[in-house]
Amino acid sequence: MPDAPTIITLRGEHLTPDPLGALYWRARETLIVSDLHFEKGSSFAARGVMLPPYDTRTTLMRLAALVKKYTPACVISLGDAFHDREAEARMESQDADALQALLRQTDWLWILGNHDPAPSARFVAATAHEKQIGPLTFRHEPQAGSAPGEIAGHLHPCARVAAEGRMLRRRCFAVGGEDNQRLVMPALGAYTGGLNVLDAAYAPLFDSVTAWVMGAEGVYPIGREMLAPDPGNVVSVRTG
Amino acid sequence: MADSPENPEAILPPKFADWFASRGWRARPHQLECVAADQAGLSHLLIAPTGGGKTLAGFLPSLVALDGRKAPREGRLHTLYISPLKALAVDIARNLQTPVEEMGLDIAIETRTGDTPPARRLRQKHQPPDILMTTPESLSLLLASPDAAGYFKGLHRVILDELHALIPNKRGHLLSLALARLRKLAPQMRMAGLSATVPDARPLIDYLTPQNTPGAVSAKLIRGASGARPQVDVLVSEERIPWSGHSGRHAFMEVYAAIKSAGLTLVFVNTRSQAEATFAALWRLNEDNLPIALHHGSLEVERRRKVEAAMVAGRLRAVVATSTLDLGIDWGDVDLVIQMGAPKGASRLTQRIGRANHRMNEPSRALLVPANRMEVLECIAAKQAIDEGALDGAPPRKGTLDVLAQHILGMACAAPFEPDALYAEICSAAPYADLTRKDFDDAVEFVATGGYALKRYDRYRRIVKTPDGLYAARDGRAAQQYKMNVGTIVEAPALNVRLASGKGPKRPGREGGPNNKSAPLRAGRKLGTLEEWFFESLTPGDAFYFAGEILRLERIEGGDAIVSRTVSEAPRIPTWGGNKFPWSTYLAERVRAMLSDPESWNAYPEQVRAWLEKQREVARIPKPGELLVETFPYQDRYFLVCYPFDGWLAHQTLAMLLTRRLERLGKQPIGFAPTEYALSIWSRQDMSDVDMAALFDEDMLGDDLESWLAEAVLMKRTFRNCAVIAGLIERKYPGQEKTGRQIAFSADLIYDVLREHEPDHLLMRAAWEDASSGFLDLKRLQALLARVQTRIDHAALAQVSPLAVPVMLEIGRENVAKDASEAMLKTASADLIAVAMRTP
Repeated sequence: MPDAPTIITLRGEHLTPDPLGALYWRARETLIVSDLHFEKGSSFAARGVMLPPYDTRTTLMRLAALVKKYTPACVISLGDAFHDREAEARMESQDADALQALLRQTDWLWILGNHDPAPSARFVAATAHEKQIGPLTFRHEPQAGSAPGEIAGHLHPCARVAAEGRMLRRRCFAVGGEDNQRLVMPALGAYTGGLNVLDAAYAPLFDSVTAWVMGAEGVYPIGREMLAPDPGNVVSVRTG
Repeated sequence: MADSPENPEAILPPKFADWFASRGWRARPHQLECVAADQAGLSHLLIAPTGGGKTLAGFLPSLVALDGRKAPREGRLHTLYISPLKALAVDIARNLQTPVEEMGLDIAIETRTGDTPPARRLRQKHQPPDILMTTPESLSLLLASPDAAGYFKGLHRVILDELHALIPNKRGHLLSLALARLRKLAPQMRMAGLSATVPDARPLIDYLTPQNTPGAVSAKLIRGASGARPQVDVLVSEERIPWSGHSGRHAFMEVYAAIKSAGLTLVFVNTRSQAEATFAALWRLNEDNLPIALHHGSLEVERRRKVEAAMVAGRLRAVVATSTLDLGIDWGDVDLVIQMGAPKGASRLTQRIGRANHRMNEPSRALLVPANRMEVLECIAAKQAIDEGALDGAPPRKGTLDVLAQHILGMACAAPFEPDALYAEICSAAPYADLTRKDFDDAVEFVATGGYALKRYDRYRRIVKTPDGLYAARDGRAAQQYKMNVGTIVEAPALNVRLASGKGPKRPGREGGPNNKSAPLRAGRKLGTLEEWFFESLTPGDAFYFAGEILRLERIEGGDAIVSRTVSEAPRIPTWGGNKFPWSTYLAERVRAMLSDPESWNAYPEQVRAWLEKQREVARIPKPGELLVETFPYQDRYFLVCYPFDGWLAHQTLAMLLTRRLERLGKQPIGFAPTEYALSIWSRQDMSDVDMAALFDEDMLGDDLESWLAEAVLMKRTFRNCAVIAGLIERKYPGQEKTGRQIAFSADLIYDVLREHEPDHLLMRAAWEDASSGFLDLKRLQALLARVQTRIDHAALAQVSPLAVPVMLEIGRENVAKDASEAMLKTASADLIAVAMRTP
């Protein structure tokens, strides 16, 4: 059995997917994360749903672990870092300090998302709607149609893998092939759900898609024929 | 004199005595005792077999009291009747009308369930009937409304039907809390519990009696006369009895013959899958076209009601049913009860057999059909237990914390509460008699803010402290949340199975040959529901059995699986998740004793005796009080098989723990398989040199269990149920229904976060309690380990033993030795690589 590949190649650039849900672009010493959704828990609490208040902390711990592992020169957060406009104000001082420490440690680029359309006043760093670096384009919401070299977030891709009589549902990197080499990042936030890569929302983005599925130790590329839709969305199953 | 021993019937007003006489009846002693107890102000528990006039005994005190009132109807609720089943409440209300009308009593009787139209519910609030028939959930909702105090103030009686079925679970916990509140609102109220025969009446009496309440009088126990002993036979099949499996397929011909020879037969099976399979098989044999029907919990209510009506009307010859027919009113004249497969417990079997022949003095007839050789022993043990009138059953669980949290929110919605008073009230409910103040306070804090060590949500409190020290719901949203989430039953995510309707817009060619792939079939009549995950393994075009028909999956649309009728050689049989209930410790003990007593084998069918004799010849028979452990090579693997007879759940937990130990011993275990009776583990290394006493040492219930549970899917499902019941995640948002799938996903995220940051959180404790009494069956496993310490009989064999055959045949459905997600992803990925490397 040949070893699974560990590098995603996008328009000639080599990108390392990390099992925590980030992408490391070694050539540019750049770490890419997406959809952190800080303070999603407290936004539910304000509506009377008292989710455990540890989501921001868990997400920050993941982020810190990634920064420690790769020591990047730059971190790009691909939007929806803050769950809503008041999220940064709600953040506990301990968590805010941890985020400030990360911001001091490396260059930081906030790409704006639909949940956080305005630049952060509390966590000041470079901000952009989209950013072109070499052959790659970084933005929050993937654009319909052909967009070679685009790295986006927003959709929170996940995959259901069917093999050996079992079914696993995990977050994944959605990677387009041949003529439309683009990538949708998994969400890193602790309370972010996932949208199956077979959902109709991905149809305008990919002709063919490979799910790079996050395991505990590695990220595994899994082809279309091993993927299953979520029940209730079986509409998109093609037989024969 | 009401209680004169000479004439106990004098307690009944003439109107009532005349009515009994007009029917050619006499009031039964226990019915009169109930009236006397109620008039003396005593709550009471009536234990009587089915057919003993139990329901009438429950209502008679209310009818007498209501008939005797001087003033005209007051528009106050007098009696509340609570049933575990919605349908039962409706049936009982209808049945009660007969005596009320025949005696000309001016008594208003109504039902109130989830199905009651809003207009009627509203009227019932302003103009309560005298007698209201309802369910535990509807009662909780009534109690959570701000006008509950006025509504229940005049309540005199509460009747709890099928009490034995209500109290052992979380529903019983919720109901006990509702009853504690009722006692507070209506101190004059008496309770009447109606129950089938139970091995121990104490927990039921406690349930009806206020606990931790000085001066409280214990509920009075009243027993009805017991009926004739049932006549039970074990089917000794002419066919070869299978080694394993649970279908009973080998005996279908004989079962069919038994149905033919009786009037109306109830064929009980243990699972819904088995019901579908048995029903289909009987119809294949049904040359005489006997009216045979199907009844189980996933069928559309309307269909079930039709089957019940046909039974009562005498239009059916047999009904294949799951536990949905265990309870309920008399289903017509049932001649024979057939139990397909293991009876699991003596009490359960007694209850089922009681369905046959509701005439008290004639014995019920029952036929037990063992599905495999081991089940022959279990059936014989069950028959002996019934012959001796022995019953079994586990003591009820302590009240759970998730239910407590739900109730506290409801009470805050009803009126501001004073914590000390609410705590005392809750401790008067038997399941919560030992509730610590800390757990209570934790639950209040959970309801208010989620109860986290990290206090962040104070400003979002759902219940707030008022200036006078009371706790009140912050706003109307709490009531809304409570209303959407009341109850303790959390359904698995399911799809509606709907027949494709042909009435769609006509399109050319839609009559359709095989080329017409996109026929515009619309969702039509609902047949029932199937769990979502069953559809994961189906693709459109696949055929499966459901609702007694062969159906073809057309497509899935939103929450509907659209199907059409079809013919198929090999339809799939649907499966449902849900808990396996383990067989009773009582039957287990009997079977262990039978097995180690060769003298008793003469009474067994020849095939079974020969099998056991062979085991004695080539291996060994388990000795009394010892655990037999066999090791042997088979094919290219090494096996360890042991025979605790402690049920599938405890065996699964044990197998998982043993496997981890064997792993550390370098034995390279590969997998394990539990059954009700035994478990097997297989590995790459010979295990015959393992120190078995050390392997089975009791200290295994520690870290291994902990690390296994971290990833266990069942643990996450258990947590999800607790989180829903406790109201942390909602079944639905107002105006926006979440699918079950979304709940499952977010509950997993919460579980992971809590495990990492606050493993002692109230919900984690609740989930652990559920798991340990549920899918882990830790209590039984602890008892097992304690029993076998120093009493392990290890037989190192050269080859597989006869006794091991049944468990060896289970290996096809093996469990993986450890969490193998990573390996599975690697394989799936390798598949991609293989495809990619293939030269076109």
